[in-house]
Amino acid sequence: MSSPSSPSAGPRDWGTARLELRQISKRYPGVLANDQVNLKVMPGEIHAVLGENGAGKSTLMRIIYGATQADAGEMLWDGAVVTVANPAQARRLGIGMVFQHFSVFETLSVVENIALVLDTRFDLRNLATRVTELSQRHGLPLDPQRLVHSLSVGERQRLEILRCLLQDPRLLILDEPTSVLTPQAVQTLFDTLRRLASDGVSILYISHKLQEIQTLCDHATVMRGGRVTGEATPARETSASLARMMIGRELPVCEAPAYTGETGTVLEVRDLDHTPADPFGTRLQGINLSLRRGEILGIAGISGNGQAELLAALSGETPVRADAIRIGGRDVGALDAGERRALGLCFVPEERLGRGAVPSLSLWENGMLTAHARGLVRHGLVRFGAARDFARRCIEGFDVRCNGTEAPARSLSGGNLQKFIVGREILQEPKLMIVAQPTWGVDVGAAAFLRQTLIDLSRRGVAILVISEELEELFEISDRIAVLAQGRLSRAQPKAQTDALAIGLRMSGLEAATATEPADV
Amino acid sequence: MFSLEARAEPSQRMRLLSPLLAVALTLVTGSLLFLGLGKPPVEAFRVFFLSPLATGNGWSELLVKASPLILIAQGLAVGFRARIYNIGAEGQLIAGAVCGGGVALLLEGSTSAWILPAMILAGAIGGGLWGALPAWLRTHFNAQETLTTLMLAYIADFGLSYLVTGPWRDPAGQNFPQSAMFSDASLFPLLFQGMRVNASVFLTLAAVGLFWLFGARSFLAFQLKVGGLAPAAARYAGFSATRTVWLSLVASGVTAGVAGVGEVAGPVGQLNLNISPGYGYAAIIVAYLGRLHPLGMVASGLLMALLYLGGEAAQVSLQLPSAVTGLFQGMLLFFLLGTDVFVEYQLRKPRGASAREAA
Repeated sequence: MSSPSSPSAGPRDWGTARLELRQISKRYPGVLANDQVNLKVMPGEIHAVLGENGAGKSTLMRIIYGATQADAGEMLWDGAVVTVANPAQARRLGIGMVFQHFSVFETLSVVENIALVLDTRFDLRNLATRVTELSQRHGLPLDPQRLVHSLSVGERQRLEILRCLLQDPRLLILDEPTSVLTPQAVQTLFDTLRRLASDGVSILYISHKLQEIQTLCDHATVMRGGRVTGEATPARETSASLARMMIGRELPVCEAPAYTGETGTVLEVRDLDHTPADPFGTRLQGINLSLRRGEILGIAGISGNGQAELLAALSGETPVRADAIRIGGRDVGALDAGERRALGLCFVPEERLGRGAVPSLSLWENGMLTAHARGLVRHGLVRFGAARDFARRCIEGFDVRCNGTEAPARSLSGGNLQKFIVGREILQEPKLMIVAQPTWGVDVGAAAFLRQTLIDLSRRGVAILVISEELEELFEISDRIAVLAQGRLSRAQPKAQTDALAIGLRMSGLEAATATEPADV
Repeated sequence: MFSLEARAEPSQRMRLLSPLLAVALTLVTGSLLFLGLGKPPVEAFRVFFLSPLATGNGWSELLVKASPLILIAQGLAVGFRARIYNIGAEGQLIAGAVCGGGVALLLEGSTSAWILPAMILAGAIGGGLWGALPAWLRTHFNAQETLTTLMLAYIADFGLSYLVTGPWRDPAGQNFPQSAMFSDASLFPLLFQGMRVNASVFLTLAAVGLFWLFGARSFLAFQLKVGGLAPAAARYAGFSATRTVWLSLVASGVTAGVAGVGEVAGPVGQLNLNISPGYGYAAIIVAYLGRLHPLGMVASGLLMALLYLGGEAAQVSLQLPSAVTGLFQGMLLFFLLGTDVFVEYQLRKPRGASAREAA
């Protein structure tokens, strides 16, 4: 175990740890998720667990919270060995957890959602008063009577945190809490967490974002491939040194040369309004955008603000008004996904398994899923040789680590499957490429490769639209950036003329109403 | 105690082993059943599974029963792979039999060689239309085909009743609910003198080859498969869900309709109320027992036919009720569903126990 900085200073060497894990191991079919993990959290400490997707952070937290059981190792709480059989027992010990994906009921009110997890008897009116008190004390404003489906994502997270706080936790676990927040909401969350820590609450903060950890956390445990690869005091480390511990090498950077080829509008969206069939979906209102050859347009915003609806409308999975969407000067709004593909549209959806690829089918079959028109089918019959060749080219050209063309899609890691899907779409030589969350759940190395691949593709004259929650990523690859908030799209601005703070303000929807006015109104 | 745990990958071995296990379990439970009924199990087994195949005529009967089952299952499997559940093949069989039989009655007395092909065509169209109806209901009103196909089966049954007790009743038939017997030109030629097996088995053979080619080689079958495995992926790729529904239901309707003609222009030889001993329903079990594979369904179709024959033999020799056939079919499906769990899951010692031991 490497220990680049000296962790000996500070209060960590004396006193009893609130939580200590010794030699925790957990195996899932085919993968060792945790391998003899040690972890120590002191009272009032904000402790980061840093690692890439798949490093074993979430499994470790689920073990602490009793949501799953370790195969080996022991857990100490205030110095005494404990066995946590289920989350209810963890809550009784004083452990609260805010999950990455919220577990709330949309049709119930805030206070009803809180009442659902209480083990004791309660009456709703008193509970509402307590919730209001607590929310004021911790700077988490939230009306207990509001229905959850009307809450923003940030407010839902507040609900989850309040739900934990109501049980007076002594350890609060947050799993990737900022992935759904605007930069401003992140600051508010950090203030709350610091205040809790100063009241003596220990906080376990799971993240792969180096900057956040350096800003917030007192101490960090770094994980890679299920093992602890280092411990550090983040404030004393550089991003580069933390990244080295996390991924084992330097953080790669992308290069974006200027585009010099011919321009010309490829995609135009005009006054797109769409009410989704799903009652909890987001209504798209007055969406306008245009996209030229050789540029990458980034659309920022937090998922749930119309991203899924806009993507389905653009890809053709949900047909809309015929002249609302034009590709290469042709009205395509009423065409289905297959017909739009024939016009040179390629699309990488955010869900890889089940939408971008069929989990149980082999890679060559998944290649044929969208690339069938490129000579893989003749007279209605599959040309097996051609289909396998296509998959092989995709695997070799995009560095997909897999067991060959026969490997089922689900056997690939998230990053490798994403490389395969992106590769499959690029090999079809698109005129227009739409990519959703290009690097979601993808390890740092593959993410950099994917970003560079998209930049290179655009510089060959392809028009690219990227929808992403990661602001840093959009600033890295986009030429222009727009914000989708509450179903409205802001006017796209050149990257140089905007910054994360301005984008963040729009993401929270404050400026959305004024910013969506199209140029000609 | 053991607990079920999800496998990382569905087991291919178990997928093939599961039908064999289900058959074995059915046999074991069957012998217990015989024992409970006071019949010596060994003797009952001989009567049920061996005696039907002891004679040439027995083999002929096996083919007579297996042919429609296999033919219908081939069509059903197209839809099942796409998760379009046509469970009313019995109705499509009747619709096909009525249309094919109608042609025979209409051309009564003619000796043209074209009567039989015309009957087959009419049967295919009738069955196809009866399958198209739920397809239309599904694509226009989102009415679930599981319900509509089954309900249409009852409608077809009552339609047949009306015809054979009304307009198409044989005037010389002493008021029995049946049509006139078809003339020889309207019947499939027999393969062997004195045995009922007829040329319709060649239709089934051709269908097996055709559906094998379709399933193994065609891009359309790939689209259907994707639609069944991951509907969102099919939508994403631009495969038409509407076409999947139509193709699945019409294809299975056509095979069932042709099978219906095979019955009325074969062993039955007329339209009456006993055209099919539930072939349309039994074919669902045949399809799944055969793993939806064209050749697998040939094997499972033969087995299912044997169950029919065994049931008949058991009635005669062991004085068991005719329900014994249905019982064996039911057990087979029941055990198949049970053993299929182990394709996706495996038995494990519970993890909690080992973790506690370690702690």
